[in-house]
Amino acid sequence: MSPPPPPIVNTVNLVKIYQNGGVPVPAVRGVDLQVEAGQFVAVMGPSGSGKSTLVHMIGGLDARTSGEIWLDGKRADTLNESAWALLRRQKIGFVFQFFNLVANMTVADNVELPALLAGASPREARERREYLLGELGLADRADAAPAQLAGGEQQRVALARALANRPSLLLADEPTGNLDSRNTRDVLRLLSEVHRDGQTIIMVTHDARVASLADRVVSLLDGEIVDDGAVGPARRRPRATAGDVVELRG
Amino acid sequence: MRQSLLALLAKEPAHGYELKQALEQIFGSAYPSPNIGQIYVTLSRLEKDGLVRVVDVEQSNRPNKKVYYLTAAGREALDVWVDEPTEGPRVRDEFFMKLVLAPMTGIADRMALISRQRRHYLALMRDLNELAERTDQGNRVALLLIEGAMLHLQADLDWLERCQEDLS
Repeated sequence: MSPPPPPIVNTVNLVKIYQNGGVPVPAVRGVDLQVEAGQFVAVMGPSGSGKSTLVHMIGGLDARTSGEIWLDGKRADTLNESAWALLRRQKIGFVFQFFNLVANMTVADNVELPALLAGASPREARERREYLLGELGLADRADAAPAQLAGGEQQRVALARALANRPSLLLADEPTGNLDSRNTRDVLRLLSEVHRDGQTIIMVTHDARVASLADRVVSLLDGEIVDDGAVGPARRRPRATAGDVVELRG
Repeated sequence: MRQSLLALLAKEPAHGYELKQALEQIFGSAYPSPNIGQIYVTLSRLEKDGLVRVVDVEQSNRPNKKVYYLTAAGREALDVWVDEPTEGPRVRDEFFMKLVLAPMTGIADRMALISRQRRHYLALMRDLNELAERTDQGNRVALLLIEGAMLHLQADLDWLERCQEDLS
């Protein structure tokens, strides 16, 4: 029998301590987290609980203080910056609360760039871009400059860009923070679709609609995991319609 | 139930089954489908209170049909209902009672209660997502009702997080 494939992400006793004017401020205090291929993990918790720091460390955007990070079975925390950059380009898609789009490139070019950098042919990159922008209701914005877009549109472009590459790991930090409910619905639909196709996702979110799509919810408090488990079915009797979810007065 | 039946009857007289169908059509799957027995019980109470009046309409080949009309008093009761401000969201929360009281007696640990409740809310949210997907996208009323329930759940989760920060 062949051994099981290594988890996509494995952190071992991961710690981050910031220095604030000489005072150590622990942000992440010994996190062990394994994420298997194809899993969708939502990371929740109050502000300041270490969620963003954790995800940034997993993507190599923030250096760990101690502990280990393994990606796809390879040790990653010991990589230098250029090796991290290469790893990200090949394997990791990132969506942040702020979009970091390239201002002097069109929306289409912003989305295609990561795929091209990772070695996709121009045609593959274009087709992937057309699919992603179409799913997010942005097909007609392809030739616009980022500055011409509303905040919610830029946010969706950033998600399309992160997925352009079919990364083995999608890391997201509050990716629906700027969206109204209709746009959130588009994002939810796309996330469910790529997840169904096997995309591994780790996502920091306060948005319960997004978190409820996840296979698993990890809750942080004061830099430690305090709960980690599946979102089960709601405990209620089977029914013909889901009508009793909504209870009106009267 | 009382008020929604009065409102439907203000539009036009109807018999019980028509009222059930109207409720189902307007609110779609987002609203618990009313039981016909419940509707007749409510109608007979409304009749006793003088808010509706019932007229037997003869039908050939079939038993008489009972058609309900709104009375002047019923119209007034409906006006009062529509005009008065509606009670806000609940402020007494059963979960909060558990959260405060259970640890005092050693029955349960707060962190465990919060974690379990969070998972439960997320499972409910997942139900709502599925319900929204199954709902006819042209039924604005049903979709708004579901969105309202989602926003309430989100507020409950945000509050849970506040409890976790302050009570842990």
